[in-house]
Amino acid sequence: MTEFIQQVFNGLSLGSIYALIALGYTMIYGILRFINFAHGDVFMIGAFSGYYLGIIFSFSTGGGFASLAIAFAILILAMIISGILGFTIEKLVYKPLRKSPKLTILITAIGVSLFLEYGGQLVFGPDPKSFPSLLENKQVVNLAGAMISSNPLVVLITAGFLMVGLRMIVMKTKIGTAMRAVSYNPTAASLMGVNINAVISFTFIIGSSLAGAAGILYGLNYPSIDPLMGILPGLKAFVAAVLGGIGNIPGAAIGGMIIGLLETFVTGYISPTYRDAIAFGILILILLFKPTGILGKKEIEKV
Amino acid sequence: MKKLFFSLIALTAISLFSITGCNKNNGNEILIGEYSSLTGPNATFGISSNNGLKLAVEELNNSGGLLGKKVKLITYDDQGKPSEAQTVVQRLIKNDNVVAVIGEVASSNSKAGAPICQQNKIPMITPASTNPEVTAIGDYIFRVCFIDPFQATVVSKFILNTLKLKRVALLKDVKNAYSTGLADFFEKEFKDMGGEIVEVQSFSAGDKDFKAQLTSIKAQNPEAIFIPAYYTDVNLISIQAREIGLTCPLIGSDGWESEKLTEGKAKDALEGCYFSTHVSTENPDPKIQEFIAKYKAKYNSMPDAMSFLAYDAGLILFEAIRKAGTTNPEKVKDELAKIKDFAGVTGKITINAQRNAVKPAVILEIKDGKFKYKETIQP
Repeated sequence: MTEFIQQVFNGLSLGSIYALIALGYTMIYGILRFINFAHGDVFMIGAFSGYYLGIIFSFSTGGGFASLAIAFAILILAMIISGILGFTIEKLVYKPLRKSPKLTILITAIGVSLFLEYGGQLVFGPDPKSFPSLLENKQVVNLAGAMISSNPLVVLITAGFLMVGLRMIVMKTKIGTAMRAVSYNPTAASLMGVNINAVISFTFIIGSSLAGAAGILYGLNYPSIDPLMGILPGLKAFVAAVLGGIGNIPGAAIGGMIIGLLETFVTGYISPTYRDAIAFGILILILLFKPTGILGKKEIEKV
Repeated sequence: MKKLFFSLIALTAISLFSITGCNKNNGNEILIGEYSSLTGPNATFGISSNNGLKLAVEELNNSGGLLGKKVKLITYDDQGKPSEAQTVVQRLIKNDNVVAVIGEVASSNSKAGAPICQQNKIPMITPASTNPEVTAIGDYIFRVCFIDPFQATVVSKFILNTLKLKRVALLKDVKNAYSTGLADFFEKEFKDMGGEIVEVQSFSAGDKDFKAQLTSIKAQNPEAIFIPAYYTDVNLISIQAREIGLTCPLIGSDGWESEKLTEGKAKDALEGCYFSTHVSTENPDPKIQEFIAKYKAKYNSMPDAMSFLAYDAGLILFEAIRKAGTTNPEKVKDELAKIKDFAGVTGKITINAQRNAVKPAVILEIKDGKFKYKETIQP
């Protein structure tokens, strides 16, 4: 039982990071109907922002923990940097292509992704870097022998808080209403006076800053970062978004959690070697029975 | 347009040929090739061994060179990837016409490069690959370090006799020939000596999340965990092990040897853990201390086991060429096989019938992020 509780907790803290990345995929898909493959690399840039901010705030990779306030400041700054990056990518690369076929944008997105990965290797160096210890990791809860330490708990809480915040923005604010309108029908929304460009930019900023936050949380949990670190989590988050129903925000959160838990359980109880094969096999099964994803709605193609 | 395209391709092809074609031996130099992981997750292996080898070549050239010629070292980075290792070894042999190859540290990469050296009949010496299969590839492949069946015995003896622990869990990297090989030898040896393996878990190099495996290990309540893996992964494993409340000592092998092992939070996580390796920098042996002084003077950093071994790999290669009186690869190979009681910096080197060196191992303890000498175990 102890082992089971621990595994559930491990899975949730991994899943919450996937969920944060998946939100960006799903939001951008909801608005623009295309998969931003560079999203995983925005996540990587978020983690590296945290790394360099940690150095600027002058606590080295060895000992010496920042106060909660500094850790929070680094999280916010990394989110801003990632948001600016997402905004720039959209303005420079995707906007000129908005009228071109979807395939063109998709391939361009892969190009941006490779540019960030290998540009990152050039600028940051290809060697893994040790992420600074932003917070002291204390054992906080001891549930019948299952140790729950503070860092994964911080990850889980921060991720939950960001997801609730996003939900509030989308459901309660004016820009959120505009986002939903554009997602529902861009032409009609623009006829009603919604500034489509502003909505798209805003979506990229929010989605990318969430990926940036995921980068920091990832670094907190798994303190070794490198320029290619975004590939696999990016791919898994994309699958999480599809599993939850692409375009659906709560779906992405649920999808991320499911992938995190599946991975952990397969590794812990079946076989680490076949972790990805089994986890993804189960996903294929789910999608066979529910092709639109768990919370996805069927879209009727108008001919 | 099509014509332009093809002429461009032709032009590129021609220019590529002329670039690679000009690196020919000009007759006054002996060319020696090296492939190592100068970048990537195992970068300190490559950098340390490259530094050690460069030191050996520099000293040789300052003292008059070899057979009246200077030795030139050509080093290529394989990024720690077996596929890249194959490409660069091919390039060393085919384009640069090197007379011998030195490399790699990681067994998986040595196993990728060695068949190419064997096919082309070019002697290869690996400084630090301990997997026994590396030198079994052929009679042109040599090493200057001990092999993993011995390392498994050393670690088993240390856990059972010195630490007096019996219940051990095993965590291995399934993507890595060194790790799976050493884990298998250890599992057998430790059981034969009367120990108990309570849990075997695995991961793939590059994984970042080990908590699921560590949680399963924790459920078996072991007294120690043996992790034959490379330092980048061990760094993360140790941090996560402490996070989920595993407090037992972690025991490692020579793949742990890197200053990056204890980087960040791992400094505390690995306090009081042990690993086996080739040489201790605390050894008062004047040869070792002299090497450390020379190395520090040149690179302004401490050498690790890989630097010592690469230096020795260079020395025995020079010795073999000197004795052969020629750079003919076949004669050099024959002389390498005859190396006996050669005074290297890591001790006396004797190449046995399997082309392996027979040497003692040392156990180091991690204290405050530094590696302290614990004991020596003889073969």
